[in-house]
Amino acid sequence: MQFFRKQRISRLNGDRQADMYPHSLQFYGQPPTENISLAEFETFAVDRLRLLKTIENIGVSYVKTSEQYSKKLEAELRKLLFPYRVDVDEKELGKEYEKRRKDHISHFILRLAYCQTEDLRRWFIQQEMDLFRYRFHEIPEEHFQNFLNTNNLIYNSINEEERRIVKLSIIHSNANISAVKLEEMEIYKVPFQDVLDLVRSRKVYLKGGYTYIPHKEIVTVVLNDFRTRLSKALAVTARSLPVVHSDERLQPLLNHLSHAYVGQDYSIQKNIGKISLEQIDNLSLKSFPLCMRNLHKALRENHHLRHGGRMQYGLFLKGIGLTLEQALQFWRAEFVKGKVDADKFDKTYAYSIRHSFGKEGKRTDYTPFSCMKIILSNAPSQGDHHGCPFRHSDPELLKQKLQSYKIPGNGINQVDDCNFSLNHPNQYFAESQSLLNGKDVKREAPAKISGGSQETPANVKMAESTSSAEMDDLELLFQDAP
Amino acid sequence: MHCGSTPKTIDCKSQHAPSQRPVSSCLVCYRERTTNPTIRHPSRFRYSRALGLVSMSDVYDPASLPDLLPLYYRRLFPFSQYFRWLNYGGVTKNYFQNREFSFTLKDDIYVRYQCFSNQSELEKEMQKMCPYKIDIGAVYSHRPNQHNAVKSGSFQAQEKELVFDIDMTDYDDVRSCCSSADICHKCWTLMKIAVRVLDRALKEDFGFEHRLWVYSGRRGVHCWVCDEAARKLSQSARSAVAEYLSLIRGGSETIKKVQLSTPVHPFITESLSLIMSYFEDYALIDQDILGRPESVENVLALLPEDILLETCSDFQKYKTSVKRWESLKKRVKQGSQKNSALLDSEIVLQYCYPRLDVNVSKGVNHLLKSPFSVHPKTGRISVPIDTRQLDQFDPFAVPTISMLCQELDKAVQSGEEDESGKDKEGEPEPKRRVRDYKRTSLGKYVKVFELFVEQMEKSWKGQLLKQSDMQGDF
Repeated sequence: MQFFRKQRISRLNGDRQADMYPHSLQFYGQPPTENISLAEFETFAVDRLRLLKTIENIGVSYVKTSEQYSKKLEAELRKLLFPYRVDVDEKELGKEYEKRRKDHISHFILRLAYCQTEDLRRWFIQQEMDLFRYRFHEIPEEHFQNFLNTNNLIYNSINEEERRIVKLSIIHSNANISAVKLEEMEIYKVPFQDVLDLVRSRKVYLKGGYTYIPHKEIVTVVLNDFRTRLSKALAVTARSLPVVHSDERLQPLLNHLSHAYVGQDYSIQKNIGKISLEQIDNLSLKSFPLCMRNLHKALRENHHLRHGGRMQYGLFLKGIGLTLEQALQFWRAEFVKGKVDADKFDKTYAYSIRHSFGKEGKRTDYTPFSCMKIILSNAPSQGDHHGCPFRHSDPELLKQKLQSYKIPGNGINQVDDCNFSLNHPNQYFAESQSLLNGKDVKREAPAKISGGSQETPANVKMAESTSSAEMDDLELLFQDAP
Repeated sequence: MHCGSTPKTIDCKSQHAPSQRPVSSCLVCYRERTTNPTIRHPSRFRYSRALGLVSMSDVYDPASLPDLLPLYYRRLFPFSQYFRWLNYGGVTKNYFQNREFSFTLKDDIYVRYQCFSNQSELEKEMQKMCPYKIDIGAVYSHRPNQHNAVKSGSFQAQEKELVFDIDMTDYDDVRSCCSSADICHKCWTLMKIAVRVLDRALKEDFGFEHRLWVYSGRRGVHCWVCDEAARKLSQSARSAVAEYLSLIRGGSETIKKVQLSTPVHPFITESLSLIMSYFEDYALIDQDILGRPESVENVLALLPEDILLETCSDFQKYKTSVKRWESLKKRVKQGSQKNSALLDSEIVLQYCYPRLDVNVSKGVNHLLKSPFSVHPKTGRISVPIDTRQLDQFDPFAVPTISMLCQELDKAVQSGEEDESGKDKEGEPEPKRRVRDYKRTSLGKYVKVFELFVEQMEKSWKGQLLKQSDMQGDF
């Protein structure tokens, strides 16, 4: 009898899952209602965070619709056990539902962690949108209408007759669609209120209050919809946060999660005053990431750095523990060797150094730049030394430089499978220091640096990690979180 | 001395001699009045009239507004159709009651958040206050006059017609006949073009059916889009619509204000073809843009280097705007830059395409001058424009309030002569008013308005039926 009952229950479960997750891609409209264990809560959240961070990184390296991007993302999805394929075999269905469930739950957990500030929200929405876009593009056309229906997106496909009438006008409205391409796609009729961005810029054919959107463009519409919904949902979530935070089991993890993104910004210096100025030259060779090493070298050689360089390097130095007095001394000593006399230094450059320590003006204590910031903002031009060498330099030049720094030859190759990724120059410094000062002897010294194309960012990876090291890495990330 | 009968809604300041044989009715309160010259009327013009010195002038004088407005609001303003419009068939509860009106009163006193419970209250208040100017605002979440009583944040503008404001001053850089507040028949064509182009787009591209175009009274036109979908649009949707309709970019600093690229969007193609039917007469002949030297310079400033010289030499050969335009079009085709073949279209658009103020259209709570409001500076009534006879519309033929009052006066007098003995006292007001505006130049404009309202009523009837079906009342 019991046996019988069990079978029935498992069948019911399967059906329920089929109802809940009819599709691998969802809008996350409804929050999950089941009970889960704390362990699962944590694993799901951490895995999704990993996924989103990967998305952020590969989004910087590759064009978002390119093959390399898709391949990398698929690999990550597969590794972390998230759904990545739309059409799944019968026998795989059970596992697939597990993945979809994980996808669903982890999304909602991260909402809790990322709804609190504007920055967090923006970041979260951006990565989720990129993930959505990728999955959306993977939906084969025959499944598409089904997807629209299951998500209540009322975009009606137009019939042959109407196609004939509007074809030419669509081609004239849209620079990206040729007649040939249009023949192959469905055309959807969407009320203009739902596609305001396209209407505003007049990039779409509009007739009788409806826009005619070829399949290729429908992703913009759906994405906008997704973004709007998510944005609203995050606002609502933020309002109910106090209740969530009152649960002591959840609060620490949620805090860690949101700080992991920020990657701890090294604004709170733990090692203030522990570095002496004499050590800097030595440290620059041993523990500085390449960008800072370059800047230091340029400073020593030219006795000068331009603004971008001063900002990037100056804040880095603050992050490793230099005090304001030390900083002033350091820069002054160097600049005076050049064309700047002491007076001028005190009048001009000193002010901006004090400013960056939060002692002037609006007293913002500026945080050292993360890798993302260095790569994406303020690209260096002629005469600059700042930026990211893995992004902003010529590959050949980079290779040469690395060779001259005595990195083992085979290290200058693509290393893909490491688990540790670098987000912040100060992180590099901290890791390097802890390594050199003897923590895990098994690990190799600084870097197997991925050289290669200009597209590859500074994925400076630590050497082979074991699976236990996987969790270690993550803990390192959380290490200094307040 | 007053006639002693119970005063009606306003105090009649004219004087009556009850015992004397009525020669005419007081225009304001309809009561019998004497033209006995010894009895003075308080205002200047009534005095003169009482003396029989001067007939009611049709030349508008802003100072006479206080006297004319009461008459206008008593006997001419089409309250019935106005209410039928703004009530929208009563489909949504409290739609009329939650509508904001704002009045500009005498001495520039401006009052906002006016609202009314029904047509009767609207009439009474307007006749009492005699606003110099009336603006219509949004339908709010609560009665506008309660806006302070409501918890802050809950008092929200919810719906309003989608509106557009085209002002002739925005075209000053491309018209030579007039500037700033002046208009003439030559530049009025720009308004005709604006109405044609925008009306087509609102109807065909956006599917809006109920569009009311109104002459602003001085130098522009307004459009009221009254479809339900339009009234429910959000601010960002309104601004998207306005941006879609905008082709002129840049202010006084920008020389070339229109940039086109291939493919050319069907909206632009349609708009251009409408404009071209006016272009030769308007721009080449009336404005003579390639004849007058300053104007020629301005056009040449829009040309790229590679065709500039040849064009200049063409202009030595040809002296009329028409011929020069032909030669310019040929040159444009020879241009080497990307999209240079679109240059002549860009010039046409820069000189003729409608210039609308996005900010007016954007705000859900934006207040816009009401149709049938008087323009205090010109005295002209903001009358609806019959788009079926757009080319015949003459802004200078639009009646002023003084003209209307004079017409009314004449009509009443002649009416009384014809129907001597017939007592008009007993007639109910609305009926009298219907006869009244029909006797004046306002009549034909009210007709346009009436048709507009009737068209909308057809759509509400359907809705009301649906509603009552659902509620089960039969």
